[in-house]
Amino acid sequence: MKLGNILSQKKSTIVKKWFDSVAKTYAEDTAKFLKNQADPFANPVGGSLSTGLEALMDELIQGMHRETIVSFLDPIIRIRAVQAFTPSKATAFIFKLKQVIRQSIAGELKEKEIADELLTFEIKIDELALIAFDIYVECREKIYELQANEMKNRTYSAFKRANLVSEIE
Amino acid sequence: MSDELLKPDELIANIEPAPPRKGWMDTPINIRKGMYCYASNHKSVASLDLPNARPWNPLEDDWKLPENWKDIIFNGFRERLDKFRSFKVFMDICVRCGACADKCHFFIGSGDPKNMPVLRAELLRSIYRNDFTTAGKVFGKMVGAREMTMDVLKEWWYYLFQCTECRRCSVFCPYGIDTAEITIMGRELLNLLGLNIDWIATPIANCNRTGNHLGIQPHAFKDMLDFFVEDIEEITGITVEPQYNKKGADILFITPSGDVFADPGTYTCMGYMLYFHFLKEKYGLDVTWSTYASEGGNFGLFTSHEMMKRLNSKMYAEAKRLGVKWILGGECGHMWRVINQYMDTMNGPTDFMEEPVSPITGTKFENAKSTKMVHIAEFTADLIKHGKLDLDKSRNDHLKVTFHDSCNPARAMGMLDEPRYVINNVCNHFYEMPSNTIREQTFCCGSGAGLNAGENLELRMMGGLPRANAVKHVHEKYGVNTLSCVCAIDRAALPPLMEYWVPEVEVNGLHEMVANALIIPGENERTTDLRGEPLAGMEGDDVE
Ligand code: SF4
Ligand code: SF4
Repeated sequence: MKLGNILSQKKSTIVKKWFDSVAKTYAEDTAKFLKNQADPFANPVGGSLSTGLEALMDELIQGMHRETIVSFLDPIIRIRAVQAFTPSKATAFIFKLKQVIRQSIAGELKEKEIADELLTFEIKIDELALIAFDIYVECREKIYELQANEMKNRTYSAFKRANLVSEIE
Repeated sequence: MSDELLKPDELIANIEPAPPRKGWMDTPINIRKGMYCYASNHKSVASLDLPNARPWNPLEDDWKLPENWKDIIFNGFRERLDKFRSFKVFMDICVRCGACADKCHFFIGSGDPKNMPVLRAELLRSIYRNDFTTAGKVFGKMVGAREMTMDVLKEWWYYLFQCTECRRCSVFCPYGIDTAEITIMGRELLNLLGLNIDWIATPIANCNRTGNHLGIQPHAFKDMLDFFVEDIEEITGITVEPQYNKKGADILFITPSGDVFADPGTYTCMGYMLYFHFLKEKYGLDVTWSTYASEGGNFGLFTSHEMMKRLNSKMYAEAKRLGVKWILGGECGHMWRVINQYMDTMNGPTDFMEEPVSPITGTKFENAKSTKMVHIAEFTADLIKHGKLDLDKSRNDHLKVTFHDSCNPARAMGMLDEPRYVINNVCNHFYEMPSNTIREQTFCCGSGAGLNAGENLELRMMGGLPRANAVKHVHEKYGVNTLSCVCAIDRAALPPLMEYWVPEVEVNGLHEMVANALIIPGENERTTDLRGEPLAGMEGDDVE
């Protein structure tokens, strides 16, 4: 549990660096905006990242409740699933956390116990990535479903209700 | 071998290369699927006598432009600078202070800097500097000027159709620069080359031919309303009798065809019908529908001033033909922008109608003195204020409501309080979204200005994110389950937006809730709302 304590202590720096690494996936001006605009309604992307990443870090340290993880990971992935990212780019930020942590606790890692614990911890990060992948695919499926139904749902269903269309039986 | 292995850092960098750090002018355009609307059907373009009707595909290199396309743009630009003073001023006075930069929902949602309003405007401004200012001619790129090229033109097309002309950015500009107006001009110029999108061009062609965007003919329009008559009867026991094309009626009612033909706007339409029935029975209000002026919306606004004028004129023509006193307008967004800002100078002022006065309360609608067209939310708010409607608010108790200010009624008309006043009088549970997302600062649905297509869904979801995010907040905090609005495009655009971001929330219209609450003499006890959903306390056996 040594690692857990260290990570808890360094949590805010780690989360900040993690956030920065996600911000870097956007253009420079956008990254500045994501970091500086603190109002979550003026900046929903930055807002869901800052609340989400911190909560995810907590989950990684304390125990992995899938429901909690999904509730914070979903808004982040849901956004990235429609932005200009390939699937790998949309989810790569999760693996970035490994790097961020290794850099942040480079000194402590010399101790074998901590290094061992970190290997286990990193498996949890992998798990997070798998969950992200599930969410990503779900979001994309939703987009295709919405696309397919777009016209049908609105106009077609109104006409059908009114018996103004007939279908081949 | 091992020397060739990448280090972990480099590996991840391969998956995730940072975006290029270049100036915006040097960042090449990449037309991405999901972000653009299909090119217009050439038949629609031809039927409107718009230039350069031909099949073309934005993803292909050759956009099949006339050889002298640069001259066409140059001359079109010059003509508009002379004709529209605001356009010239907006080209000149921006100091690039950046106050508007992070206010656009498309920038906020997509993170693409070219969706910053200031850069959107720079797309045109850079050409303006180059072609029409001395500094630009001499110093070129140093002063932000650049020559018109095929790449620039593609950039125009791509990003001017990523602007919903919502005017949110203009609220924050210290100089009052309205980027929406710049987009409007840019789209006019693109139209000179036949660079339109089908979601705009075909509705216009339809509207020009049959009177509404969907191309529904008069008899089908009536069939649809007749069907609603049956539905209303089933729910309330009341048989409403809408009047069609009635000469000499007091009032002509015009609403967007989306209310008549597309769910869930259809429930708002049923709401109007029940409401007019009540007003007729109780106060003798004489309202007629028109199966010819069967469209309040006007996609001409998204094409050119000339086209907007053409489509708008049918409203007046029909009002004149029927000899009504004034026009009552339904819940629509951009229709009110056209009416409030352009109609009077384009086709008015009208001399054949009367200054609108509510025959029930005697209220004069001073703001509509010249256009002779009154917004139904104002009309209803006035009736409620005078105690003329019998309302049972509890019939909307199953709804926890928040209100989306549609961009145009809010920012182009200043109609902020009337809908809220009505909601508060027909609902017990109303919750506002955060203040920087409503009223003048409202966030767009992300699908306005003709961008409500199926093929650009990613764009729409990104653009609608700030709106959805605020809805999500009131949903989580207060249990809001209903997003109400006074716009037919919203009623079509917001349901998929909700389904993606906040699936627990449904979308409705103001007069759907008015009609739910309205106590009509002789009606059956209501157990459901107009959608057939059980009222609170009427959920059936499984709920105590
Ligand atoms: S008018 Fe609306 S969509 Fe267009 S740039 Fe301004 S904020 Fe963005
Ligand atoms: S706020 Fe106005 S002056 Fe400032 S950059 Fe935007 S358009 Fe230009």
